[in-house]
Amino acid sequence: MFRYVVRRLLQMILTFFGATFVVFALMFANQDDPVQALAGEKPVSDSLRAQLTERYHLDEGFLGQYWYYMQGLLTGDLGRSLTGREISTVLSEAWPVTLRLSLMAIVIAAVIAIVAGVYSGIRRGSLFDNGVLAVTLLLLAMPIVVLAPTAQLVFGMELGWFPATASRNASFYAMLLPAIVLATTVVATELRVTRTSVVENLRSDYVRTARAKGLTPRRVTWVHVLRNSLIPVITLIGVDLGTLMSGALITEEVFNIPGVGLKLAQGIRNEDGPMVVGFVSILVIIFLFVNLLVDLLYAALDPRIRYE
Amino acid sequence: MNETPGSVVNVTRSLAGDAWSDLRRNKIFWGAAVLVVVVLTMAAVPSLFTSADPASCTLGNQHKGPSGGAIFGYDFQGCDVFARTVHGTRNSIQVGILSTLLAGILGIAFGLTAGYFGGAVDAVLSRLTDIWLGVPFLLGAIVLSGRLSAGEKNDGVMAVTLTLGVLTWTSSARVMRSSVITAKSQDYVAAARMLGAGPARLMFRHILPNSIASVIVVLTLLLGANIATEATLSYLGVGLKGGALSWGLQIADAQSYARIAAAPLIWPSAFLAATVLAFIMLGDAIRDAFDPKLR
Amino acid sequence: MTDIKAQIDVLPGTDPRAPLLQVNDLHVEFRTRDGVAKAVNGASFWLNPGETLAILGESGCGKSVTASAIMGILETPPGRITKGEIRYRGVDLLKLRGAERRRVRANKIAMIFQDALSALNPVYTVGFQLAELFRVHRGMSRADAKNRAVDLLDQVRIPAARSRVDDYPHQFSGGMRQRVMIAMALALDPEVLIADEPTTALDVTVQAQIMGLLAELQRQRNMGLILITHDMGVVADVADRISVMYAGRVIEEAPVHDVYARPGHPYTRALLESIPRLDLKGQQLNVIRGLPPALTDIPQGCAFNPRCRYAKDPCRQDPPPPAYAIAPRRTARCHFFREVLGE
Repeated sequence: MFRYVVRRLLQMILTFFGATFVVFALMFANQDDPVQALAGEKPVSDSLRAQLTERYHLDEGFLGQYWYYMQGLLTGDLGRSLTGREISTVLSEAWPVTLRLSLMAIVIAAVIAIVAGVYSGIRRGSLFDNGVLAVTLLLLAMPIVVLAPTAQLVFGMELGWFPATASRNASFYAMLLPAIVLATTVVATELRVTRTSVVENLRSDYVRTARAKGLTPRRVTWVHVLRNSLIPVITLIGVDLGTLMSGALITEEVFNIPGVGLKLAQGIRNEDGPMVVGFVSILVIIFLFVNLLVDLLYAALDPRIRYE
Repeated sequence: MNETPGSVVNVTRSLAGDAWSDLRRNKIFWGAAVLVVVVLTMAAVPSLFTSADPASCTLGNQHKGPSGGAIFGYDFQGCDVFARTVHGTRNSIQVGILSTLLAGILGIAFGLTAGYFGGAVDAVLSRLTDIWLGVPFLLGAIVLSGRLSAGEKNDGVMAVTLTLGVLTWTSSARVMRSSVITAKSQDYVAAARMLGAGPARLMFRHILPNSIASVIVVLTLLLGANIATEATLSYLGVGLKGGALSWGLQIADAQSYARIAAAPLIWPSAFLAATVLAFIMLGDAIRDAFDPKLR
Repeated sequence: MTDIKAQIDVLPGTDPRAPLLQVNDLHVEFRTRDGVAKAVNGASFWLNPGETLAILGESGCGKSVTASAIMGILETPPGRITKGEIRYRGVDLLKLRGAERRRVRANKIAMIFQDALSALNPVYTVGFQLAELFRVHRGMSRADAKNRAVDLLDQVRIPAARSRVDDYPHQFSGGMRQRVMIAMALALDPEVLIADEPTTALDVTVQAQIMGLLAELQRQRNMGLILITHDMGVVADVADRISVMYAGRVIEEAPVHDVYARPGHPYTRALLESIPRLDLKGQQLNVIRGLPPALTDIPQGCAFNPRCRYAKDPCRQDPPPPAYAIAPRRTARCHFFREVLGE
């Protein structure tokens, strides 16, 4: 276990520097005028130019710029947006909302994916299974830019079952429709992986042993098969976090939820370069960190990895 | 049960031949194929479907209902929704296909190199893939596409294509790498090597043709995903822009007025979903044909 | 706890004078893409307490399918029992309903599988997998069940059982893992134990230890043991009687020493001749020509006839040869058993 954790940590550190470097390079490398790029197509005043040059150390070489950028990231100093607000303040106001939305979505997606995926896997080829597969296919084909506005229109406005927007202190109920919409971005793949993995595990020798032990089919499925089938699904939840982040971006924008996604979308629209760079960097770090957590969880679920 | 009842198969059929005969009998495959052909035709010759000019908009027609050729009515700016939606197909398809091709070329090159040479080359390339996967895809796309599409006259088509290609090659690289490793250890490759085939010949003549099937499946699915992402980026304002026609832009514009007029929102959404669905179903059907054990 | 045990002990219809286990005319089919595979075609045999019956045959002859059918763990579909009876102390197990049938498993009839690594669940400790039996079938507490698990590991001579009970299957060696399998099978004191190729996956030295352990535990508990194997050497050491299967039928049944001295079926004879023997070193080994038949296409008459050097016209016609009583407690399904015996 110790060696596994150490190896994972080393890998993560490498990926961390690599990934932040990629983001940084995408943003600043080979720019004719990086200041203008940060400010978008707006005219740049001399004072703003001086301020941005100082902030991003644009008078230094490329690697020097990266060095200061990393220093700022690691000390939590994200600088100021073009509108003059402290980016870390904006972030600290926005993230609780996003956290709540994402956690609701993750739980909704995981519960549906696991329960329906297991039943689908057990009754492979049944009406239920085919129905579930058809629904996941439709969900996979629904980009979030289609799903979120449509769901808002149908369930929020026409039918009026849910509020059409959600504020910072939205109730659980008001957050439910956005959370369901966000959950649909990942539920289909999670469900399919659960199903496939259940189908494979049901054929395995240890299931035959469990049946030979006189266990009920329910116990065989929910104790023996489930734990083995969850291993690939857990890994997927880590990978899906990226999808979830893009989903949150659109969902918050559509439902006007003042979270990280909405702020980032506003930053993009207002061509607020510092804001976008700061937010993207933090999200990359969160993404890497959650993936590390998932890897550790994976080890906890699969003893073969723990002791390798 | 360590004994499987069944007979010895005496006819050796090729995998591709088997897959094709499976596909031919698959209704989903044919449904998807028909849909894909319709979409491709719409992209190539939009005038077959509508004679209206998508750019001629009259504010007087704002949010008017269906009339004449404008079977879906008019949007906020008084443009013909049907004409705009039909003409929007080309950009979606073009971005989707070109970016997928780019991703495929990059992925195949990376995967083939890593899988064929192994060792240190593989280790470096695999780490690089990990780093690439460490950047959540849409976030990377926002930054890159935002940069590439900067400038007044840029409609963003090339920018989005490049962005999607450069950011989505990882999955095909991984699949390519593992199937190259499998193919490399096959007897016919060893035989060709003993007959004196050089690395280039081995790679392109023997290993590539035998590993490409699984990559094609991944790429078909990626094509659908990239079309969806183009719409997402355009929706956010870092994809196609200005006067460019795009389903994502249409959705973004129509969303604010959805309560007043739903049609300008619903139709581009429906076209986008149907196109993505067609490519996903196609990819699913091809994968099932090549890998029947999980059906 | 006593009444749980009592409830399990009395299966309605139990006949104390009936054999411990009796399989009559068992037929099992599998639906496959290439047609219906007839895996078992009228297998019959019996087993008494304390006795070891070896079921011998090549892979694909239906011996493992027969075992699964007895355990009631056949995959249905694609498998299907089309005909026959499996009687445990006179009760036809095929007529029992779900819960009753389940209670027979592990309590009355238990099974050991070939590859212990894949047969044990990789994500649970061996202690959990052993204790599970006591918790589910005996309603014991976690602590009690775990103590029983340690006892069992001791009984199958796993060193330092108390500390190894929390280990996972992959942390044991092959031989130790097979001991865990045996412990699991014996947990609830079954009367019938089916061992499906229990030593095939193991090293030769470990094989002997495991077979020795099995024989000893069987003696202590007076269990009936069905040993499924293709290894004639193992059979000679431990079995009392032998049933030779070919294409889903028992083609010869006899006390083990009679078979080795004078086989009564050409197939048994060919099997014996194909064992390499030190005293015949240098001579050519007799191998059985041809392949076993495809189960989707079993030859008419005697299924062995295309490969048989005694085969004549009657062998190629239906019905297949009946089970001729060729000596006391011996049967063989061969029209020409006299010739085979006489040679």
